[in-house]
Amino acid sequence: MVLSARLRREARAESVFRVATLTSALLVLALLAGVLLTLIHGSWPALKTFKWSFVTGERWNPVADIYGALTPLYGTVATSIIALLIAVPISFGIAVFLTEICPRWLRGPISTGIELLASVPSIVYGIWGLFVLAPILQHSVQPWLIVHLGPLPVVGRLFQGPPYGIGLLTAGLVLAIMILPFITSVMREVFRMAPLSLKEAAYGLGATQWNVVWDVVLPWSRTGVIGGIMLGLGRALGETMAVTFVIGNAHRISASLLAPSTTISAAVANEFAEAVGDLYTSALFALGLLLFVLTFAVIAGARLLMMRLERGTVQRA
Amino acid sequence: MSTLRRRRIVNVIAFSMSMVATAIGLALLCAILWTLLSRGFGALSFSVFTQMTPGPGSAGGLLNAIYGSLVMTALGILIGAPIGLLAGTYLAEYGRNSPLSTVVRFINDVQLSAPSIIVGLFVYMLMVMRMGHFSAIAGAVALGIIAMPVMVRTTEDMLNLVPKSMRDGSAALGAQPWYTITRIVYPAAKNGLVTGVLLAVARISGETAPLLFTALNNQFWNSNLNKPMANLPMVIFQFAMSPYGDWQRLAWVGALLITLFVLFLSIIARSISSLFGQHGNPGE
Repeated sequence: MVLSARLRREARAESVFRVATLTSALLVLALLAGVLLTLIHGSWPALKTFKWSFVTGERWNPVADIYGALTPLYGTVATSIIALLIAVPISFGIAVFLTEICPRWLRGPISTGIELLASVPSIVYGIWGLFVLAPILQHSVQPWLIVHLGPLPVVGRLFQGPPYGIGLLTAGLVLAIMILPFITSVMREVFRMAPLSLKEAAYGLGATQWNVVWDVVLPWSRTGVIGGIMLGLGRALGETMAVTFVIGNAHRISASLLAPSTTISAAVANEFAEAVGDLYTSALFALGLLLFVLTFAVIAGARLLMMRLERGTVQRA
Repeated sequence: MSTLRRRRIVNVIAFSMSMVATAIGLALLCAILWTLLSRGFGALSFSVFTQMTPGPGSAGGLLNAIYGSLVMTALGILIGAPIGLLAGTYLAEYGRNSPLSTVVRFINDVQLSAPSIIVGLFVYMLMVMRMGHFSAIAGAVALGIIAMPVMVRTTEDMLNLVPKSMRDGSAALGAQPWYTITRIVYPAAKNGLVTGVLLAVARISGETAPLLFTALNNQFWNSNLNKPMANLPMVIFQFAMSPYGDWQRLAWVGALLITLFVLFLSIIARSISSLFGQHGNPGE
């Protein structure tokens, strides 16, 4: 009797714990669904009013209650592309250094240093970008760009106008620093997984160390490299505070990368608390929805690539 | 002969550039830390910890903001960590290979890098609009939602490192899975779980975007969770963007405090997990 009562209690504890863990796991899914539904619900009035012109429209005028998201969308994409153009080569260089030529005793400290860049809060990047980076860009880098690249055909249009210091280029630079550690760490991991036998075979054929990196390791690990880059892109698209500091918050599209602009997240961060009127608030929710869809697609793509990679290595091993 | 020479030259150039890239990365870290230390320490004084945030043009400190950040971070962890722990336990123990786990794992990984401002919008509609006002508790919930995926991920990784033989041994003695998990597996993974909590604290203590529309900010002392509460990230944001010198100096002090706190936590978390790693943890 005593024993069976004890067994019953144990079984009850077991089912309680099991259900608690299952519920928590389901909560992860419910949270995502909740976020999506909330954003759709919040942006419904704006989407109903403007339909597709919300995405294609360039006017963002709270006074006239007309909202088009093209400018922030352009800003988000442009700053992220600048960030990738700068961060990917540097990350690649660091990953190659760490996996190929760095002496073993230096590997730990250097990778820790690079990864600490990832734990610096984004608001610190913002304040640093505004007070340190922007003045440097305004007084030395941008004037140089305007003089030397401005007159060029086609490309020149990106580097014309006065040097504001803040704008698309500055935001892109700050984003590049922020996503660099993420891309580096993925690249380092996948480079390290490249099979030694392949590398040795290449050395045996007389390849230089660089030939091995470029023609053997990189092609072998391209899925992971692309995944890492997309993960960085996902971060760059959604980053808010750092960009808000240095983007200049101007709702207009300029050809020049030196001009102030805005991004989706910066527009939401800046305007949400002061938004008056339901349509204005709803338009900001719609911006949030746009950002959610954009980043979800990119990050999910990155994760799928990396999942495929993990499965692949398990099979190969 | 000349191709060999060319390949050697390319080799030297390429690796020199990879060294330059590494130097750039480390120089950036040093530049940011140097700026923080020189500007932050320059303005650091005792009154930062004893006085409230000032109005424009007068002296003051960050006491209410430091208090608010501590309270909301602690509450956020109290909300996010237990759920994350349980969800991670499901992924590593009960549902290890189930299709549900694959989906949850995937969605959780996506949430790890999802933009935090969206969480702010979500909690705004969920709580702030219903309650009719901004509040510290809404801020804590937003932070908890951000801490959760970090905790899920580290819990699963750390529980997976515990050898299966320990679970088998416990089961062979007649223990139910819940008993095995809470009495055998959790203690074995204790260091790893602590690392997870530290990483989650580090992740949320500098978050600003989710607080913009939830906790907002408060110039005065407030310990009522149902009211807007000051916090360091929001004060830094507001003060740095202002034209007042006093405010900007305080913003640098705030940035220094947060960064030191977060870096300190990350380094502690790292050293715990590398100690833990000596017992068979491959990688990080």
